[in-house]
Amino acid sequence: MEKVFERTRGLTEVRMRYCPGCGHGIAHRLVGEVIEELGVREKTICVGPVGCSVFADEYFNCDAIQGAHGRGPAIATGIKRTHPDLVVFSYQGDGDLASIGMAETIHSASRGENITIIFINNGIYGMTGGQMAPTTLLGMWSTTSPAGRKAEVEGYPFHMCELLSSLEGATYLERVAMNKAANIIKARKAVKKAFQTQIEKKGFSMVELLSPCPTDWAMPPLEALKFLEEKMIPYYPLGVYKDWEEKVEEKEPEKVGVEK
Amino acid sequence: MGERILMKGNEAMAEGAVRAGCRFFAGYPITPQNEVPEYMSWRLPEVGGFFIQAESEVAASNMLFGAAACGVRVMTSSSSPGISLKQEGISYCAGADLPIFYADIVRGGPGLGNIAPSQGNYFQATRGGGHGDYQVIVLAPNSVSEMANFPRLCYELAFKYRVPAMISADGILGQMMEPIEFDFEPIDPDTLPKPDWAIGDATGRERRVVKSYDLRVGAVEKQNWERNKRFEAIRTNEVRYQLEYEEGAELIVAAYGSCARVAKSAVMMARSEGLKVGIMRPITLWPFPTEVLNELAGRVENILVMEMNLGQMVQDVKLAVEGKARVHFYGRPAGGIPTSEEFLQKIKEAIKGGPVIPIDPEDI
Repeated sequence: MEKVFERTRGLTEVRMRYCPGCGHGIAHRLVGEVIEELGVREKTICVGPVGCSVFADEYFNCDAIQGAHGRGPAIATGIKRTHPDLVVFSYQGDGDLASIGMAETIHSASRGENITIIFINNGIYGMTGGQMAPTTLLGMWSTTSPAGRKAEVEGYPFHMCELLSSLEGATYLERVAMNKAANIIKARKAVKKAFQTQIEKKGFSMVELLSPCPTDWAMPPLEALKFLEEKMIPYYPLGVYKDWEEKVEEKEPEKVGVEK
Repeated sequence: MGERILMKGNEAMAEGAVRAGCRFFAGYPITPQNEVPEYMSWRLPEVGGFFIQAESEVAASNMLFGAAACGVRVMTSSSSPGISLKQEGISYCAGADLPIFYADIVRGGPGLGNIAPSQGNYFQATRGGGHGDYQVIVLAPNSVSEMANFPRLCYELAFKYRVPAMISADGILGQMMEPIEFDFEPIDPDTLPKPDWAIGDATGRERRVVKSYDLRVGAVEKQNWERNKRFEAIRTNEVRYQLEYEEGAELIVAAYGSCARVAKSAVMMARSEGLKVGIMRPITLWPFPTEVLNELAGRVENILVMEMNLGQMVQDVKLAVEGKARVHFYGRPAGGIPTSEEFLQKIKEAIKGGPVIPIDPEDI
């Protein structure tokens, strides 16, 4: 009989520990499939974060390194600069990428590091139990914004794709969502494009995946998908924010200042 | 090898690292170590290596973590406040058993302090430095020649024991120029065996993981015990020191780094006045030369510890001596550089059994 579907070789057979309805499992699968499809599994390094996906090194079927909270892009930089032919991706949550690791995120993008970032945005700190994240929506409840996030107290959420799109070094940025099949298919295409961006040495690529967290949003999985669709997507519009294939041509910078 | 050249301490150390096979440097500007990243920024590309100026010391140490995980000989350097920030990445390297080399060109502290020479980070360096139960090998050069040749030793030991190794120096050693000679032939890292723990191209082998965490009950404790065996081996095999004029000495002076240069001058002045004074210079601050001090303590009544701080190494000396000799201390913190005359006076106080009078801050 013809085999029409099988487990991706991009993932190990370790059973994932994510909560029911969590988006990480889907995101892992998409990345695993893309690594396999592009034929780069043995040349890929996964940089694991701190957060719910801290066990990424157990799930992705490639060499992996697990480092400090927020430092994924710096670790990836160290690997990629010394080994330009490896495929290096940093898998990060919103607290990791947009709070403690904001400097590493912005600077690696600005340097145009030829790495890929898989950014899971669920607007909450999952592993530590539901504290406010840099992407927690206004009005959204968390254990450290118990009255709901207020702009005048906790400030505004970060729009990472929009923020990074102003940087010349960022070459591919897209925001996708994991709330329904059609969007997940788009997410897979985005992940593939991000890895291709790196393989073709075009520079910094990041895919932001809006992801449900039923446990820390304190709602059943189906309601979480509805929340993602009705509250998150309107605030974080989906789409391509930067694409090297549509890039205007760049001028060689003039040398300025005194050469010593 | 063989060629005698005039070099500045920081540049000699950078060149020494390159000759010892360093191929990745991530740094961040801070005085008084700026010559190191500046040198590396043009020198590393010459040998096919990579230099990067990171966005912060925190990022620099984590870039090191990534490159070191691939088995590359890596380096970073900084000065006190910057080394504090780098402790994050260093602790992760220690936890993941990655060999790295870094240098602290110590300045006065705490806080931003000043940019003057200091030995105020002895505790930080010899007690691991970051969070967790670990040690780093600490070499304390006292000349530009040692600045140039110790990076090779750091890499050798770091790779042998899979621990971080560092040079602890200060602005005097970093900024001064002396004639030096490299005591080894340049090492091409491509000729070294590729470590069997390094991540990278996994073609034809099982996948590898570099990490410092393990949430299984007992797993990290076991790892710590395994690592401790390596620390014990380092304590047994890698103690280095310089001992002079101990024959018939009535007083032993203990000092390291640039402070030991001043102390040596004072010891020579004392000896020319007929005082029987010897000098012990720890070269490895960790592992500390405990045994030799313990043995000396059985022969001399007084040991005088001289430091450019408020008294840090003196604690290790007291632990080593186990009460068998009187341990005196004289120090100047945060940029106070003692003169040899000042030290000579303290030698005279200590050889009589003390007390050794500290400096009056009003006299500074």
